Amino acid sequence: MRKYISEFLKGIIRENPTFVLALGLCPTLAVSVTVSNGIGMGIAATAVLLGSNVIIALIKDMIPDKIRIPCYIVVIATFVTITELLMKAYSPALNRALGIYVPLIVVNCIVLGRAEAYACKNSVVNSFFDGLGMGVGFTLALILISAIREFFGSGKILGLTLIKGFEPAFVMAMPPGALLVIGLLLGFFNVIKGRKA
Amino acid sequence: MKNNLIVSVSPHLHKGESVRMIMWMVVLSLVPAGAAGVFFFGIDALWLMALGVLSAVATEAVLQKAAGRKISILDGSAVITGLLLAFNLPPKAPFWIPIVGSVFAVAIGKQIFGGLGQNIFNPALVGRVFLMASWPKYMTAFTRPMSYDAVTSATPLAMLKGGGYLAHTSYLDLFLGKRGGCIGEVSAAALLVGALFLLMRGYIFWQIPVIYVLTVGVFTCIFGPQGYFSGDWLFHILSGGLILGAFFMATDYVTSPLTRKGQVLFGVGCGVLTSVIRLWGGYPEGVSYAILMMNAATPIIDRYTKNKVYGSLKLKVKS
Repeated sequence: MRKYISEFLKGIIRENPTFVLALGLCPTLAVSVTVSNGIGMGIAATAVLLGSNVIIALIKDMIPDKIRIPCYIVVIATFVTITELLMKAYSPALNRALGIYVPLIVVNCIVLGRAEAYACKNSVVNSFFDGLGMGVGFTLALILISAIREFFGSGKILGLTLIKGFEPAFVMAMPPGALLVIGLLLGFFNVIKGRKA
Repeated sequence: MKNNLIVSVSPHLHKGESVRMIMWMVVLSLVPAGAAGVFFFGIDALWLMALGVLSAVATEAVLQKAAGRKISILDGSAVITGLLLAFNLPPKAPFWIPIVGSVFAVAIGKQIFGGLGQNIFNPALVGRVFLMASWPKYMTAFTRPMSYDAVTSATPLAMLKGGGYLAHTSYLDLFLGKRGGCIGEVSAAALLVGALFLLMRGYIFWQIPVIYVLTVGVFTCIFGPQGYFSGDWLFHILSGGLILGAFFMATDYVTSPLTRKGQVLFGVGCGVLTSVIRLWGGYPEGVSYAILMMNAATPIIDRYTKNKVYGSLKLKVKS
């Protein structure tokens, strides 16, 4: 059991997909304008990651080595389609807000990266916890980035105004703001890691 | 100051100059333009400049302390950053605009990269562009000069973009500074006095600013509103922040090329980009974006314009 917990926890801090592995930066930059978008994207990616990790771990011995990437893509695309249809049915507003970035989870490098680096070499249960940890780590990173951007870019968190009379800096809601926040956070976490080591 | 490394036989003489002294000389050369700003826009302009300088220096001190570096606020570089940033603000900007801008300029534009000499982009311009993208309504609310009750008025370049053409502003007004605009950019005359001082003392070289201004003149003359060679080049040279940018910001030692050849290229690039933004871009003014873009190109320019080593046959570019 302890092993599973450590598989789960490594995705949150030690191998955080955004801040340590620097994977999946494209959707991170694009959807982290508001916290609700960030949470939505994180949950969608986590669902896909769980499904694809489990299925790929199940069928890893049947896939010929030479065509493994197309096989992964088929599995991942299936789960992305399921997620997108579910999102369209139950949360059309979120689906509109995330737009093209939901279908683009197919080529999200976290999902593909975990399939190639982990699920194809490990057992089903391990892969499940790895996917869950990575997904939660990605979601937490998105929440952190989007909270900073939403607060400074529009003066709100989850749509609620925090401070009256605060003049939001539009740039934080625009692409330069995303690059700034991610860069500063990456640096910040590297400093912390450097202090620990 | 960059090419003073001449190998010669002893005895050697030190010129007695240091980074600190040059920086304070640049501050001194900015005084006439600052005074002109206060003269045209009133005491508010002075407060904005003071706030900009103070917060830039304070940020530098705090960050250097936090990073465990030597605190070098007395070298004047943070003062220049704060002052130039305030020069780029409209005279009636709210008091927190220069503070936020200076903190951003020094923190993100300079100290993040490792301090003076390490920054890729001109810190003051980084601060200005950040303010411009964040609070455009404060950064583009210009007031008419010499009227102390905040009558809003467009800058001459904005009027030009809006279709009007030199409605009230004569060349003389443009040259002396009686026009709408940012605090430090309005008076070409005052800026040129400071620039002349720097040029005579050899602290800046003529290549970048002169080529920059000439390029803008030629370009805006060729692509005029009524067909080729009908442009009002003098208007374009005197208006906006061109003189301020060309002489005081494009010439920043850290972010401009080292060789003369490179500086010429840098000036041409800045000039072309500024003219393109002014004539066809979304903004009325493009000096800050042009200089920032050429700052980004500076390492490449430096790499391909190395001086030929005396006696060597072929210049090889190391990658």
